[in-house]
Amino acid sequence: MSVQAVLFDAPGPKGRARNRVLSIVSAVVIVLALVGFVWGMSSQLVAEKWAPFAQPETWTQYIVPGLMGTLQAAGISVLLAGVLGIVLGAARLSHNAVIRVPASIFIEFFRAVPVLMMMLFSYYVYLYAGLFSGFMLTLAGVVTGLTFYNACVIAELIRSGVHSLPKGQREAGLAIGLTQGQTLSTILLPQAITAMLPSLVSQLVVVLKDSALGYMISYAELLRAGQTLASVQGNLIVTFIVIGALFVIVNWLLTVVARWLEKRMAKRTSGRLDMDDLAALNE
Amino acid sequence: MSGVTELFSEYGDEMLWACVMTIGLTVLSAIGALVIGTIVAIARVSPVPFLEKLGTLYVNIVRNTPLTLIVAFCALGFLNTMGLNPFAGWKNSQIWMPNFFWGVVALSVYHASFVAEALRSGVNTVPLGQAEAARAIGLDFRHSLSEVILPQAFRGAIAPLGNTLIALTKNTTVVATIGVAEASYVMKDMIEQHADLIMLIFAIMALFFVILTLPVGLLFTRWSQKLAVQR
Repeated sequence: MSVQAVLFDAPGPKGRARNRVLSIVSAVVIVLALVGFVWGMSSQLVAEKWAPFAQPETWTQYIVPGLMGTLQAAGISVLLAGVLGIVLGAARLSHNAVIRVPASIFIEFFRAVPVLMMMLFSYYVYLYAGLFSGFMLTLAGVVTGLTFYNACVIAELIRSGVHSLPKGQREAGLAIGLTQGQTLSTILLPQAITAMLPSLVSQLVVVLKDSALGYMISYAELLRAGQTLASVQGNLIVTFIVIGALFVIVNWLLTVVARWLEKRMAKRTSGRLDMDDLAALNE
Repeated sequence: MSGVTELFSEYGDEMLWACVMTIGLTVLSAIGALVIGTIVAIARVSPVPFLEKLGTLYVNIVRNTPLTLIVAFCALGFLNTMGLNPFAGWKNSQIWMPNFFWGVVALSVYHASFVAEALRSGVNTVPLGQAEAARAIGLDFRHSLSEVILPQAFRGAIAPLGNTLIALTKNTTVVATIGVAEASYVMKDMIEQHADLIMLIFAIMALFFVILTLPVGLLFTRWSQKLAVQR
């Protein structure tokens, strides 16, 4: 909002006229580019390529099970990552170096390892150990990969949440005779976790997107389902457009929920965490 | 230790090639993302309403789409289905080149949205009073932008840009899904051949990314602190 105010003055009549012309010119350019694009791909976008989406089987056999697979993996992962993240975050805040240092190393290491690599690795570990098989094997691989990375992100969120609390909170805890550990667990962490809840929902967007990596180990998620459908119907471009739209809609809904939660939670904690902090941790 | 020598003697070339691929993908995609992202960021902060909406639309759509889907769309859609191969006429073209090319395109398009957000957040760090003060001392639009606002905005964008570069480095692994032999692809290959050395293989590959991303993180953090505007 302040962007406009900083970069340029409110346009006068002349400026408004110029902006209108620029709007129209750029709109024409974009529309032409889009038309050219669609025309170039017209053979892939004709009505019969879309026709499968009018049949209920397409949805009941491919899209909905795929979406369920994606949501299932993301849901399990974000819950596990939440629990592990709180433990790791508390460990990293500990005053005991024996707990703090290993937790720090763990967090920094698994934040640097690409999610796909962790997924592949855990998939093969489970495979060779014979722990799981079939669908459960792929699900376990996806969930493990997603959990490790996101637990580290959540741990860092908690740490910055605790640091964002007013200093008086900790001092008050120590002043009434609580130990460092008690202050952390009964005063600081609950507030930091409350402040973090909206971010946890936003993190679900990242998890949901990354669950598509399960494609690589043949986990039955939305992208894999789409590809199977496309190989049957021969309409890959159209199918991928539909799947992309589904991802965008689900993620957009999650973002709306996160914003709403953020407003609601703001009253219940003295901690403060804005979405920019989260973005910085993930990127 | 015999495992290490065994792996390096057998897979030395592949591992070196994977390093080259990963770094190549990172550098080329970083340049592409910076170019597209700057254009999108300019559109987003421009006074032209249509361009501003368009930039916002780009960021919102791309940020909510999985990178895997974009990569698969480029490789399976543009390359396999549409047959868009920029190297089709080349005599010396290698089999990996078209996939590599589309991998770079997908990575650039995806990370451009993060670059645009980083640049915009940089502009957001500049307080309104700076622009007002610049105008108050008689600077015109061009000079207040070039002397006062943009220098501060770039400094504010350094840290998020560094984060995006780290994310990009790690995300190059996604291109393995379309068969470019970068780090995670080679790791999969090695694990399938040497099940007994799985821990060692993972440790080597993970360490590769730690070594790759750690200095970038430290460098950008130091850089952003050194150049930070004191307020």
